[in-house]
Amino acid sequence: MSAWLEIKDLTVKVGDKPILNGLSLSVNAGEVHVIMGPNGSGKSTLSNVLCGDEHYKVTGGFIDFKEKNLLEMSVEERARAGIFLAFQHPIELPGVSMATFMKYALNARRKAAGEKELDAVSFMKRIKVRAQALGISDEMLKRPVNVGFSGGERKRLETFQMAVLEPDFCILDEMDSGLDVDAVKVAGNGVKIMRSPDRSFLVISHNIKFLKEQIVPDKIHVLVHGRIVANGGMELLDEIDQNGYAAFQKEAVA
Amino acid sequence: MTQDKISALDAVSDTYHYGFETKIDAETAPKGLNEDIIRFISAKKNEPEWLLEFRLKAYRHWLTMKEPLWAKVSYPPIDYQDIYYYAAPKTSKGPKSLDEVDPELLKTYDKLGVPLHEREILAGVAVDAVFDSVSVATTFREKLARQGIIFCSISEAVHNHPDLVRKYLGSVVPYTDNFFACLNSAVFTDGTFVYIPKGIRCPMELSTYFRINTKKSGQFERTMIIADDNSYVSYLEGCTAPQRDENQLHAAIVEIIVMDNAEVKYSTVQNWYPGDKDGKGGIYNFVTKRGLCKGVNAKLSWTQVETGSAVTWKYPSCVLMGDNSVGEFYSVAITNNYQQADTGTKMIHIGKNTSSTIISKGISAGKSQNTYRGLVKMGKNADNARNFSQCDSLLIGSQCGAHTLPYMLSSNPSASVEHEATTSKISDDQLFYCRQRGLDAEEAVSLIVNGFCKDVMQKLPMEFAVEATRLVAVTLEGSVG
Repeated sequence: MSAWLEIKDLTVKVGDKPILNGLSLSVNAGEVHVIMGPNGSGKSTLSNVLCGDEHYKVTGGFIDFKEKNLLEMSVEERARAGIFLAFQHPIELPGVSMATFMKYALNARRKAAGEKELDAVSFMKRIKVRAQALGISDEMLKRPVNVGFSGGERKRLETFQMAVLEPDFCILDEMDSGLDVDAVKVAGNGVKIMRSPDRSFLVISHNIKFLKEQIVPDKIHVLVHGRIVANGGMELLDEIDQNGYAAFQKEAVA
Repeated sequence: MTQDKISALDAVSDTYHYGFETKIDAETAPKGLNEDIIRFISAKKNEPEWLLEFRLKAYRHWLTMKEPLWAKVSYPPIDYQDIYYYAAPKTSKGPKSLDEVDPELLKTYDKLGVPLHEREILAGVAVDAVFDSVSVATTFREKLARQGIIFCSISEAVHNHPDLVRKYLGSVVPYTDNFFACLNSAVFTDGTFVYIPKGIRCPMELSTYFRINTKKSGQFERTMIIADDNSYVSYLEGCTAPQRDENQLHAAIVEIIVMDNAEVKYSTVQNWYPGDKDGKGGIYNFVTKRGLCKGVNAKLSWTQVETGSAVTWKYPSCVLMGDNSVGEFYSVAITNNYQQADTGTKMIHIGKNTSSTIISKGISAGKSQNTYRGLVKMGKNADNARNFSQCDSLLIGSQCGAHTLPYMLSSNPSASVEHEATTSKISDDQLFYCRQRGLDAEEAVSLIVNGFCKDVMQKLPMEFAVEATRLVAVTLEGSVG
């Protein structure tokens, strides 16, 4: 059986500028993969392209997800198919409560799947259980999405959305950045709770301690100049920790 | 905005969901306007002499007036001789119960989501349904009558409560007020009359659904609400209209009188045919709505959700005469395609310690133009009067316009006037964020816009709020690619 997510020779441009230059990557169901790399190597581009952001132009290669051509699907179709992005910088929606946002999101998925909309009782139960597990108060659910929240709270709310929507494939774009030690643990804990044989993760992070202690990935990939230049296990983390990306960058040029 | 979205905006294809026409032969006066037509209308309605005189005086004054041109709207000249000024459905004798109502009419209301039967029983809302120019069904009247509340068509009120009508007709909006109000005073055909006696709290929301039917029949509604001392009433007005090619003129008047310690809440959801995506057709809505807070501690709240009409010219206003009286204006105005709205309010502070609040949310999409125009006037005796205004505009796409024109005039040094205004745009980032969670672009716009208008939507009565939220989504369909 082929991998859940199969990226082959992917090339991507923004305007005339090439960002990804033949990237290949396979992720199987239940696996946790980490993408590391220096700033500007294309990590966030990869996550946005996976989600279908129309600002990026795919010029070559393919992305299959669960044996479907992801590149032919719109942003919302990919989301409904189970792709979830925890945003590095979550967006504010003034006047829209988190509870309302999640209701719209769940019902949009159900509508697309030809299911009936969730009734109010089942919906509240679904969000309350997950909010409690992540230490999110009722008051936070009533407040407008990401408006006036601290960086840590926003990231926690991203994890909460992930828990409510139960996606098959979670992309975490620097979800630990800008967080204090305790908040990093909460974020890591969210991933631990969510890990399952039917769910894969693609984690983008610079935080080696976070990756080693909280995420405990199956595979590590190093991205330089828009290509994967090294694949490995936990030992790669130690190597990067000690020597940085210098050696990989030479490889990429060579 | 990406190029794709801009071209999608060009291809906006909003279809009017309530576009159908009821087949009922109208008994119409010939086209055009002259003293004979006014006499015809008055005779048709079997009116007393004083009312005919009122109409004729208004008509003669109207002939001396010019159509106002200061609003930021443009439309082809209206030929006032090419309009029918009177049309009544066959059932104009007035049915005594719903059984007597033409089934065609009832079907129309069903399509509009106004199931009279259900509303009567379930919602406890008394509905005075205006079809064309004559009221055809009035419900719950007896129950209200037991408390001395009068809720009927203004034609009936002319016959049954002539003293009240004569005393207050034109007392808040005189026939000389403006061009359209003057025209209405000459040719108004029907509307609603409400009187709440002293000390009575109206036990239910009073609701009127307006419909415009019959080709080229101008609608000239006249509504009058009188809240006597220590009384309270909440009044709902909602409208939709069948699809048309030709423009239809609508020039209504609403007059409200609020006495000592009384409170009136007036809520409107307006969804008249706005014209097609190329700006063809649609209703011209030139309305004069004004309330007089005559007594001490009187309170008047206007809440409006305006999504329809090709051209809107409307400024629901409060004259705060009684000391400590309160005026409120909460408005959401949405324009799409080629719609033009010039709307806002006037708060005229005359009494001491009067206060007013204005919250206006304008949303422009397509190639529409949306203007807030408001006046806050502090009279020389309005000691310690206060006003707070907030006017927010939201733009969708790059070809629409939003304009805010607040006028503030203060003749009293102890009065305070505050004004805040913002303009924002729905960003690509917001759309992407919502779509990444599974919403399509239209659901995302509807969610963001409803969030933007939340402060106003919350002021609407429950059942209206649900309808208004749905209306926002329908109005903005096709506004984002």
